[in-house]
Amino acid sequence: MVSPFCGPKLSAYCSILSVWGVVMLGFLGLFFQLRSPTLIEDIPLEEWAANNHTFEYAKEKYQQTAMNCWIAAGIYVVLFFISFIQQRMHSRASYEV
Amino acid sequence: MGSLLRSEEMTLCQLFLQSEAAYTCVSELGELGLVQFRDLNPDFNAFQRKFVNEIRRCEEMERKLRFLEKEIKKDGIPMLDTGDNPDAPAPREMIDLEATFEKLENEMKEVNANSEALKKNYLELTELKHILRKTQTFFEEAEFHNRQAMHDPYLGEETVGLLGEEAQQRGRGLRLGFVAGVILREKLPAFERMLWRACRGNVFLRQAEIDKPMEDPVSGDQVLKSVFIIFFQGDQLKSRVRKICEGFRATLYPCPETPSERREMSLGVMTRIEDLNTVLGQTGDHRHRVLVAAAKNIKVWFIKVRKIKAIYHTLNMFNLDVTQKCLIAECWCPCADLDRIQQALQRGTERSGSSVPSILNRMSTKQEPPTYNRNNKLTKGFQNLVDAYGVASYREINPAPFTIITFPFLFAVMFGDMGHGLIMFLFALWMVVREKQLQAKKIDNEIWTTFFGGRYIILLMGAFSMYTGFIYNDIFSKSLNLFGCQWHASNNEYTQAVLDHGKLFQLNPNGSYYGSPYPLGLDPIWSVAVNKIAFTNSLKMKTSIILGVSQMFFGVSLSLLNHRYFKNPLNIFCEFIPQVIFLFCMFGYLCILVFHKWVNYTSAEAGTAPSLLIGAINMFLFHYPVPKDGQVGVSDGQKGFQGFLVVVAVLCVPWMLFAKPFLLRYQQRYGQKRRKFDVLLGDINGESEVAFASPHTRYTETDIQFKHQHLSVNSGDLINHSDPEAEVTHHNDVGGSHHVEEEEEKVFDFPEVMINQSIHTIEYCLGCISHTASYLRLWALSLAHAQLSEVLWTMVMRIGLGFSGFVAPFAIVIIFAGWACMTVVILVLMEGLSAFLHALRLHWVEFQSKFYKGEGYMFQPFSFEDILDHGGEEK
Repeated sequence: MVSPFCGPKLSAYCSILSVWGVVMLGFLGLFFQLRSPTLIEDIPLEEWAANNHTFEYAKEKYQQTAMNCWIAAGIYVVLFFISFIQQRMHSRASYEV
Repeated sequence: MGSLLRSEEMTLCQLFLQSEAAYTCVSELGELGLVQFRDLNPDFNAFQRKFVNEIRRCEEMERKLRFLEKEIKKDGIPMLDTGDNPDAPAPREMIDLEATFEKLENEMKEVNANSEALKKNYLELTELKHILRKTQTFFEEAEFHNRQAMHDPYLGEETVGLLGEEAQQRGRGLRLGFVAGVILREKLPAFERMLWRACRGNVFLRQAEIDKPMEDPVSGDQVLKSVFIIFFQGDQLKSRVRKICEGFRATLYPCPETPSERREMSLGVMTRIEDLNTVLGQTGDHRHRVLVAAAKNIKVWFIKVRKIKAIYHTLNMFNLDVTQKCLIAECWCPCADLDRIQQALQRGTERSGSSVPSILNRMSTKQEPPTYNRNNKLTKGFQNLVDAYGVASYREINPAPFTIITFPFLFAVMFGDMGHGLIMFLFALWMVVREKQLQAKKIDNEIWTTFFGGRYIILLMGAFSMYTGFIYNDIFSKSLNLFGCQWHASNNEYTQAVLDHGKLFQLNPNGSYYGSPYPLGLDPIWSVAVNKIAFTNSLKMKTSIILGVSQMFFGVSLSLLNHRYFKNPLNIFCEFIPQVIFLFCMFGYLCILVFHKWVNYTSAEAGTAPSLLIGAINMFLFHYPVPKDGQVGVSDGQKGFQGFLVVVAVLCVPWMLFAKPFLLRYQQRYGQKRRKFDVLLGDINGESEVAFASPHTRYTETDIQFKHQHLSVNSGDLINHSDPEAEVTHHNDVGGSHHVEEEEEKVFDFPEVMINQSIHTIEYCLGCISHTASYLRLWALSLAHAQLSEVLWTMVMRIGLGFSGFVAPFAIVIIFAGWACMTVVILVLMEGLSAFLHALRLHWVEFQSKFYKGEGYMFQPFSFEDILDHGGEEK
């Protein structure tokens, strides 16, 4: 049996964090995709003026940020599985003892 | 179940227990945990009481158990905790227990002494082994040196040349003596210096360190030691060296001089060490077996011994009757549970096999009974919040049931954020759902026990925070647009030309606003507005004043319930009514103005609305300046009404201040006419009597009879037993001071009443103003919380979202983790704590000061559960 490489507390922390991350970043991505106006300050629009404040440019940035959020959520899904497996290993180890 | 609104009705009872049944009865009552015994022998010290001997035996047993526990812990053997709760054993079982513990303790002590002796022996042998090994190398070196000297022709020639054959032979003939021993390594330098000085450099010391640390048999510490060997010449030096060694606590060992003897000796030492090792192992095994056997039972034993001790401790509080056949106890118990107590007593009597039943009698008393609120696990946390301020007076309104809702609500007003509320809610929900498992774990961490004890409070706080967060439309400082924003930017006003010019645009409510408000909560448009704070400030300030004033009104009206319950009409007419009028004239009217301003002005007339603060100040100054153009002035009718309110409020002050003391004085002077005023004034002097004695009126007859009986039996003084006169005086003493405690008729003291009343009045009037202002903390903390969470989002999360390109997702992952940690630590924990403390203050000071006395004392029943939970400590 492969021994777990992070402790029970760390894996519990990581799984909680990743569940939160998946849910929140998933929703955040969705809202970026829907181009929520309240999130306009959160997208990188430094070069908007250079692009004549076109609607297309802002749209593209919204899209891009949404994608980033979803990828990050995906990374958290992976992290969740890793820490979940770690946790299972811990609980099994303590059960066997 | 009794109601939570007032504490349980309590009664003082007298118990007559047959001496042989007393033990079992008290044990049953301890399991029940509904009876608080009073100490009937407060004048006796602990050694004059009847069951001193038994208590001492219990303490001895506890000491032995603690000793065993310590030994078990030292060996790291797990103690079995089955969680079962054995009944208190019968008194005769105590002897068995004592014998068992005695045997175990002796065995343990013997084993320990043996193993200590063995270890000491072992240490000596090991030291000797090291000495032999190290000295061997010293001698070998010396030999080698010698031989080298003999073979070195150059050296030989030189010596020969100088001293001749004779001298060399003399030198060889000198016998060098030596001692060998072991010393603590840190003492070595001092030892060496001492030797050098005391023997003037005429001794030769060689030393070598022993690599492995050795165990000190007494203390069990690991110590580092060194082997040394000292060469010297002559007996004088020998005795001096020995003395120094003694002084430094070095152990000297005999060391044979010839190599063959040394070898033999070391062989002998080795075999003895091996023998000792096996013996040591066996003693260790034996010790382990004994301890494992003890570890299985030790928890149960502890419980048994503590129960016995608690029972005897309680029995010590009882009085003995003249015939010594019967023990007399006095106790407080809830009226509703008298049946259960009777049953317990019956069980106890049956168990003891006694034929005479135990008797429970209610007594009447003028003493104030203890306060007992029956709580379940949900209400307990809130009751603790209230009790931390002061235990309610007997039968007073208990603020706890209202606190269950108002406390989380006021907390949530300051902590309004759906996201943070959800985190809190989920955490508490986890604790509530896994309650049993978590309780079984018995985590002894103070922070954890605080959180776990308040899990239902946190659960409600989280749920209410989600609600207020929804109203504030805040989730992690962002807004949700659930019902559709009610503002729009019309195309004809905001043309491309206008948009090209600036970054900020003003939305005029006349035109951009659809006219119907956002259905529930704050319109999400405000989250992108720069004047969001200005808007929410005005909203939250007004809300907090309205909430505060309504809570204060509620508090004052609860005082009406108290006055009615304690049959105190004077307080209603002279305190409650002026208080309500005062509060209404000043702040109730302000609240009406707030609602008026909210409802009455459309968006078109918004600019003309009057300022509330200025208006309120002007109302008290009777000063109404000419309104500026465009502002709505104060109408004449309103001026008159406001003036009237101020005058009434001012008149309320003397009403509160003088009415009650003067009426009381009047009543006192014309006391014979009291009957007439009873209708209006109630029974002022007897107010406490009415309250406490009312449940007992049915028992008056038995009570009178009982008092006599009580006095006649109250003579259980063992010390003065032979002297009847002393006995009588003594019992009168005890009876007079502790049992009957006749309350003296209160002497009416007008100045005192007047001073009390004026303090009360001033406190209330100033309190109304300062407390209303104090409720503004609801707004201030809510603003701080919203701003802090917004700052955290802009300063941390926005950085992560601002990345572009390949690294962006990874940056989001890392920064999100940081943001999440900071959210939990700063916003949920720290801000949560501060909002909690402010909510607590609002309840303790602003709310409870309106009606709550909190001068009672807690009902502390004799219960094994409590005693065992607190590790058998005395109350």
